[in-house]
Amino acid sequence: MNSLAQSVTLLLLGGVVLRISLADVYLRYVKEGLRPYLIAAGVVLVVVAIATMIRDLRADGPADGPADGLADEAEEHDDGHGHSHRGPSIAWLLTLPVFAIFLVAPPALGSYAAARSGSAAVQRQAEFAPLPHADPVAMTNVDYATRAIWDKGTSLRGRTIRLTGFLSPRPAGGFYLTRILLSCCAADGRPIKIGLDGELPAGLKADDWIQAEGQYTVRQDHNKATRETIVFLTVTSAHPVTPPAEPYE
Amino acid sequence: MTVAPADQAPETSPPQAPPAPVRWRPGSLEVLTVLLVVVVLLRGQLVRLFTSPAMATWATVFVSIVVQAIPFLVLGVAISALIAVFVPPSFFARALPSRPVLAVPVAGICGVVLPGCECGSVPIAGGLVRRGVTPAAAFAFLLSAPAINPVVLVATAVAFPGRPEMVFARFAASAVTAIVMGWLWLRFGRSEWLRSPSRPDLGGLSKWSAFLASARHDVVHAGGFLVVGGLTAATMNVTIPQHWLSAVAGHEVIAVLALAVLAVLLSICSEADAFVAASLSQFSLTARLAFLVVGPMIDLKLFALQAGTFGRRFAIRFAPATFVVAIAVSVVTGLLLLGGA
Repeated sequence: MNSLAQSVTLLLLGGVVLRISLADVYLRYVKEGLRPYLIAAGVVLVVVAIATMIRDLRADGPADGPADGLADEAEEHDDGHGHSHRGPSIAWLLTLPVFAIFLVAPPALGSYAAARSGSAAVQRQAEFAPLPHADPVAMTNVDYATRAIWDKGTSLRGRTIRLTGFLSPRPAGGFYLTRILLSCCAADGRPIKIGLDGELPAGLKADDWIQAEGQYTVRQDHNKATRETIVFLTVTSAHPVTPPAEPYE
Repeated sequence: MTVAPADQAPETSPPQAPPAPVRWRPGSLEVLTVLLVVVVLLRGQLVRLFTSPAMATWATVFVSIVVQAIPFLVLGVAISALIAVFVPPSFFARALPSRPVLAVPVAGICGVVLPGCECGSVPIAGGLVRRGVTPAAAFAFLLSAPAINPVVLVATAVAFPGRPEMVFARFAASAVTAIVMGWLWLRFGRSEWLRSPSRPDLGGLSKWSAFLASARHDVVHAGGFLVVGGLTAATMNVTIPQHWLSAVAGHEVIAVLALAVLAVLLSICSEADAFVAASLSQFSLTARLAFLVVGPMIDLKLFALQAGTFGRRFAIRFAPATFVVAIAVSVVTGLLLLGGA
């Protein structure tokens, strides 16, 4: 890849990084906290691309010719012959994420990824603050599972709980209400599954997002092999919702 | 008189002068343009390719690995370019002990100051070697920086609440592994395995131009290898069934090996791996320590980046050695600090 094409590739890469981080699309791939760094990185890439482009165009020589003296092509000369055999030919691969983001824009992780691993373990916690006074009280799946397991449901009893997540099939029948927990990016996503007891509206299918309200129940699924514990919610009402901008917890 | 050279020139110059034959093939910019047009035209087919849940998940994991790494890669490249352009080689000669045996541990511990994950440390180590830092010291820094910086240690503390020994064990095992690898390189390493990190020839450019040339070169180069790593890691991430893991968790020895291999295959960022380790609760703490020590030092993405920066001959020797040393140090540290199994 010659200098000018390298600059164009960088421009495209910086462009898609800015495009996804200025909209909410980046939330499908990484945590919200990374946004300022993504924007900064996108700006740096665009600036470097444009500045090097201007420099090359001013410098001289046909931009689409071979290396001809342009400094960055030193390593292509190392080959002795020809160009784009090694070294910067790897740069062609950088177009892959550009195309993947720009054209395909892969969706957030869903029930397929959730089914591939057991429900994530929740951290042991010794003390639990009482739930806020709202009714129903909206909770994250992690908070609900943590209180159900380590607080034995004490702070949950007698309250109406509201959970939001997508449906993923429970192997023994029915659905889990699932959220994917991210620490950094979708590669480390782990599902938190809450079993749903009681009636769900008809016609729901995997990957549909719902908001469910209901009460704590002592029912739990245990998997000895993976030491996985899945807690349940007795659903009193549920309705489909549009997926939130931040699909992960 | 003028006729003869003019006659000769067309016959002899095409094979001799490099620019001539090039006119016959399209330049990279034309190829790139055609590629863009083709991809846009075939958009429908490409999108359809990714409608199956497995392919969509694969694409999501691939994109997120790359997107997650880009800020750190850009930071690392920027620091590396700043070093290349603005820090005189004499600075490192003064900052590091002149005896390589001592420079290795000093550089290893200096890893504490680089907040970030492993994608940034490879270009920085490349920049250090270019600036005349002894490779052994640069490698100690390369290995330790992603594992022992404050961001990663805090993440580890959060992921393992009430277990400060895990943070300490991670710090100790990572620092020791990095220093041991530095010393092993001093003793057994050969400079001919090392392709001196390719770099733009910065001579004669203004500082700003030199910075730009260096930054563009490094981003394009390291970025390409990051994509290789991201593709492999996403494939592993989507194809390894998790129940394989549960099957081996009970065997202490196999469990350590299994999690070490898993760390290599998953290529998770070092700032996030502690949370994944915490959720692998069916495994012993020592096995999970091995996961945390191996991951930031060697995984598929890093192997690709190292091969790109220092050459394949280096990477195929350095990576397995790192893997073995990291596991051995983790096991010893686990026995000493985490009460064995």
